[in-house]
Amino acid sequence: MNMAAKRPALAQSARLSPEPEAAESDVFLEIRDVCKRFGDFSALADISLTIERGSFVCFLGPSGCGKTTLLRSIAGLERQSSGRIVQDGRDISNLPPSQRDFGIVFQSYSLFPNLTVNANVGYGLVNQGLPKAEIATRVQELLELVHLPTSGRKYPAALSGGEQQRVALARALAMQPGLLLLDEPLSALDAKVRVDLRHEMKDLQRRLGVTTVMVTHDQEEALALADIVVVMSKGKIEQVGTPMEVYSRPQSAFVADFVGHMNLLRGRIGKDGSVRIGEQALSLDTAQVPDRTGEVLVSFRPEDVVFRGVEETAENRFLGYVESIDFLGSFSRARVRVDGFEGEAFDADLSANILRDFGISEGSTLPFSLPRDRLCVYPGDERTAGGRAQPVAEAGA
Amino acid sequence: MSAADSTALAGRAPIDGGRLVSTLGLLAGVGLLIVFVAAPLATIFIKSLQDDLGAYVGLANFAKYFSSAGLIQSIFNSVEIALVVTVLACLLAFGYAYALTRTCMPGRTLFRAIAMIPILAPSLLSAIALIYLFGNQGMIKGLLFGNSIYGPIGIVLGITFYVFPHVLMIMVTALSTADARLYEAAEAMCTSRWRAFWTITVPGARYGLISAGFVVFTLTITDFGVPKVIGGNFNVLATDIYKQVVGQQSFSMGAVVGLILLFPAIISFSVDRIVRRKQVAQLSARAVPYVPVPNKIRDRAFLAFCSLVAVFLIGIIGTAVFASLVTYWPYNLTLSLVHYDFNAIDPNGWASFTNSLEMAAWTAVIGTSVIFLGAYFVEKSDGLPFARGLLHMLAMIPMAVPGLVLGLAYVFFFSNPLNPLSGFYGTMAILVLSTVVHFYTVSHLSFVTALKQVDREFEAVSASLKVPAYKTMWRVHVPICLPLIIDVAIYLFLNAMTTVSAAVFLYAPDTKLASIAVLNMDDVGDQAPAAAMAIMIVLTSVCVKLVQVVVTGSLLRRTSVWRRRDGH
Repeated sequence: MNMAAKRPALAQSARLSPEPEAAESDVFLEIRDVCKRFGDFSALADISLTIERGSFVCFLGPSGCGKTTLLRSIAGLERQSSGRIVQDGRDISNLPPSQRDFGIVFQSYSLFPNLTVNANVGYGLVNQGLPKAEIATRVQELLELVHLPTSGRKYPAALSGGEQQRVALARALAMQPGLLLLDEPLSALDAKVRVDLRHEMKDLQRRLGVTTVMVTHDQEEALALADIVVVMSKGKIEQVGTPMEVYSRPQSAFVADFVGHMNLLRGRIGKDGSVRIGEQALSLDTAQVPDRTGEVLVSFRPEDVVFRGVEETAENRFLGYVESIDFLGSFSRARVRVDGFEGEAFDADLSANILRDFGISEGSTLPFSLPRDRLCVYPGDERTAGGRAQPVAEAGA
Repeated sequence: MSAADSTALAGRAPIDGGRLVSTLGLLAGVGLLIVFVAAPLATIFIKSLQDDLGAYVGLANFAKYFSSAGLIQSIFNSVEIALVVTVLACLLAFGYAYALTRTCMPGRTLFRAIAMIPILAPSLLSAIALIYLFGNQGMIKGLLFGNSIYGPIGIVLGITFYVFPHVLMIMVTALSTADARLYEAAEAMCTSRWRAFWTITVPGARYGLISAGFVVFTLTITDFGVPKVIGGNFNVLATDIYKQVVGQQSFSMGAVVGLILLFPAIISFSVDRIVRRKQVAQLSARAVPYVPVPNKIRDRAFLAFCSLVAVFLIGIIGTAVFASLVTYWPYNLTLSLVHYDFNAIDPNGWASFTNSLEMAAWTAVIGTSVIFLGAYFVEKSDGLPFARGLLHMLAMIPMAVPGLVLGLAYVFFFSNPLNPLSGFYGTMAILVLSTVVHFYTVSHLSFVTALKQVDREFEAVSASLKVPAYKTMWRVHVPICLPLIIDVAIYLFLNAMTTVSAAVFLYAPDTKLASIAVLNMDDVGDQAPAAAMAIMIVLTSVCVKLVQVVVTGSLLRRTSVWRRRDGH
């Protein structure tokens, strides 16, 4: 196949040191105005996205947000109602899955139960009519790649979930696809196995440099693995960015709420441009304050609440009443109430240190501050709004 | 074609071998079922509106039918028999199923096996045996206190024997899905056993009871063999249809009776579908299976009851065996194989037996392949949702069509010289086809259920590995489903061996089947040879069943390495 010839052979690419950073934009996959409708329901609404060669992209969102539909459209397993998909310069919009170029791993492993691990990994190679010896060598290489060099003759049923998923990964890579698609590959695994395999997958992806798209609802997974996170909600893209960007500069209340833990408190912007929660005024960076008045959501992360060294004159200093404390191991999360916040409570993370030094327990009252550069304001008053595609912070700037 | 070529051809819709195969397969399936299910049935409707010469007469046939007191009486007779059998068979089967699932009665496996005996025999067999037991020269005729076995009593007993395993299987399923936690809760609240039975057991099994009731009613009203042999002058719908068509050559009246027979079958079928859907939802995945604890009095009472039923079942078969071996009942009681010398008794002789074997083998092979492929295309092909829905719908129809009606429909459809397929008429092929169609639905549903449990992403994985779907079906789906494929093949074989209803209209002199031979020999008074032929059918069925047990056992042993314990 000439398709395969364009790429370095597996053995070669496996030997490569980490893929050199592609400084210039090298678009591998381009999704243009893709819509998918099921009857009246719009599963994907005008999705446009470009994915660079060799990058690891995560589609992140709650169930029903369209992330899996988008992945399946890229694979050709669903046909988009409109829009185009271009992979490696080839318009694949109307090609059946078998004529596209991808390897795929599913949550359910989807290994053929009646075939050995060797036969599973070599399934596609056998169909290509390659000589037996060559297939055996390739299969062994792949199994070594996923750290299962001796499991070739076992049946899937004899393997643990994590091992089965490694085999599925090896099978997906066997045909040297240009694109690796992962549909919630870690969701069915135990927590510990999930983290281990996560590291290995990232490492493997780096070594092979294969462009990878993963679908997940687990934000921790997405942040840990991805070069680029695509946060989706209700069939739309909410934000595209590096994990750091998505976490620290969420562009909508939905992203803020979905990625990491975020406090979203109901507030108002007055005529004078001041932001209040209940009767308490907050000081914010002007760039953060939207150019409008009315209901807003004020957001900050639990770890951004400052307890240590809060001066009387500190900005956004309030007295908090600790309603309850959940012990979470390395830190504790407190539910905090503030007089004048009109009943709005929020979560604050307390390190074991702080807990000890300040003698905080349920029922304590203590001062805290909210650093102005950690506060963000979103329009609307619905906590998991998400409907806003246009972030207010930008609109105000 | 390589990927680069297809880029060049981006304007044209690209062709994908795998998808082409599944599209063609799907369309072929729809085509076959239209020709062999929908079209023949349509001709019954048309025929019922025509006179025997083919001229349109509107509802005149129906008017004629309902003005004939004799024919109307048949409706009442049929309904009466069906109601009695339904009550009797349901009560017996419920008690038997309760003993199998909810007690610690000894020998439950054996009793379960005994209860399946009637499935191995044509329904005619029970009628013949009953005549030997209670007929004019019957062995224990006195037990009837002067009542005649020829008529309603004989029909009820004969059909009860024949439907028993069918009802029992439904009841066992219904009673197996018990949640132990409900009984524990009842016990914790000091509920009496009697009250627990009426408030937990019966409501829990109610869908099974309803379903079983309708199944018996339909099987009874559409069974032809038993009333034909033992009915005497007691006419029922199933014998009327035969008399009208075969006796009086009145196809249009036959069509009218056929349509009337279709009614209870369609109602029963619809009820069954609705009920089954509800029953699935009833048992949650968290339910704890009920395990009965020993209770001496209860267990012994059920042992006595089941033994009585088992004696009846074995007694019928035993009588038939005995009848076939006695030289000349009741005058010469020495045992001999003279009645098995079919060549000396019937012009077709042993040929009808070998015909049956041939027909059953073809039915098993062709039926299993076609039905599996049909189910695969319904369940696993992508695209053409309309065709998939249509294929599934067409596959459901045969269950609602009694064999007699199907046979009649085939006569109308294929005997028409204008039909290009009329060459089939009178051949082995039409017998095979009608039998496959007759038992299509149950097989189809089994395959669909099994295929649903196969990972639905195999097709996607296979496409990503550039392997066409049909290859994956062959390498993965077929091996996974192999135990069920064997089950279905055996099911088709057994039914092909024992069926009378559709074949009775469709056989030609050189394609006469063993079950038809039983009917014909009984008709001309050769009851012992008829019993002998029926026993040959039973023996064949038993052998096939044994082969199945051995083959499936060794298959499961060989594949146990990869076969996960699921479902069964």
